[in-house]
Amino acid sequence: MDAPADTLNYFIAGYSVIFGVMLVYLISLFVRFRNLRQDEKTLEEMEDE
Amino acid sequence: MNAKSKWLSVLDVVTIVLFLTATILVFFFAPMERVMGLVQKVFYFHVATAWIGMLGFFVAMVAGIIYLATHRTRQDAKKWDIVAVAGVEIGLVFTLICIVTGSIWARPIWNSWWTWDPRLTTVTIMELAYAAYLMLRAGIEDPERRARFGAVYSIIAFISVPLTFFSIRIWRTIHPVVIGSSDPSASGAFDMTPRMGLTFAMSLVSFSFIFITLLWHRIRMGYLADKVEQLKLRLTQ
Repeated sequence: MDAPADTLNYFIAGYSVIFGVMLVYLISLFVRFRNLRQDEKTLEEMEDE
Repeated sequence: MNAKSKWLSVLDVVTIVLFLTATILVFFFAPMERVMGLVQKVFYFHVATAWIGMLGFFVAMVAGIIYLATHRTRQDAKKWDIVAVAGVEIGLVFTLICIVTGSIWARPIWNSWWTWDPRLTTVTIMELAYAAYLMLRAGIEDPERRARFGAVYSIIAFISVPLTFFSIRIWRTIHPVVIGSSDPSASGAFDMTPRMGLTFAMSLVSFSFIFITLLWHRIRMGYLADKVEQLKLRLTQ
């Protein structure tokens, strides 16, 4: 019987894309949330003045 | 809404545990397929990302309908616009992962990164339709007009979702149908063993939790963005 095809590189590439894109999206959510919090704080201070 | 709920913290932990479990099952528990080799294991998360991509677009469509039905009578209808944007954004990210991982799988199995097969064509149309949703929204300044436009668009764009899902069952295609019978010309189909089935089920469950968790976080961010927009409007008036 033939051995399975050697597709290790494609397996690594596939999971790198999955984990990589998910990580980038999580970081983007975190950064946007933090920036909005800063904007909120600044705008509330301006409104109080 | 801005203070983080303790239930969201619990959900974060549960989601991380489920995702780690699914990853361990894929890497160490699921057997290697005897023809395709290790690249077949991309299938577990490839299908799971496709599932939550479509789920995101479904949530956006439902939120769009509720927004249109309630925006004249209820002051808080805006929350459905926030939910719709969250659904579309998450749907776009995970559909992108699905397309790229599918292409990586196709290279050794079909001997090509890409082919204009009905499934690949319809999923590309779906991704582009929802990318356009975000771009077009960004060009509308009036929040109410933007929400109304977004609601109508998310309902119309949803046509692309069942079209993508059923494309491999309607048309002649080389994309395999793992659950159900494949077209005889499909390339890369395989029979799932019980271990593969368990890993697949766990992947679907863990990604469903990822979807709920991300949706909750993205909705929180949407509320905060809305508050900042209101503050800016008040200060400029």
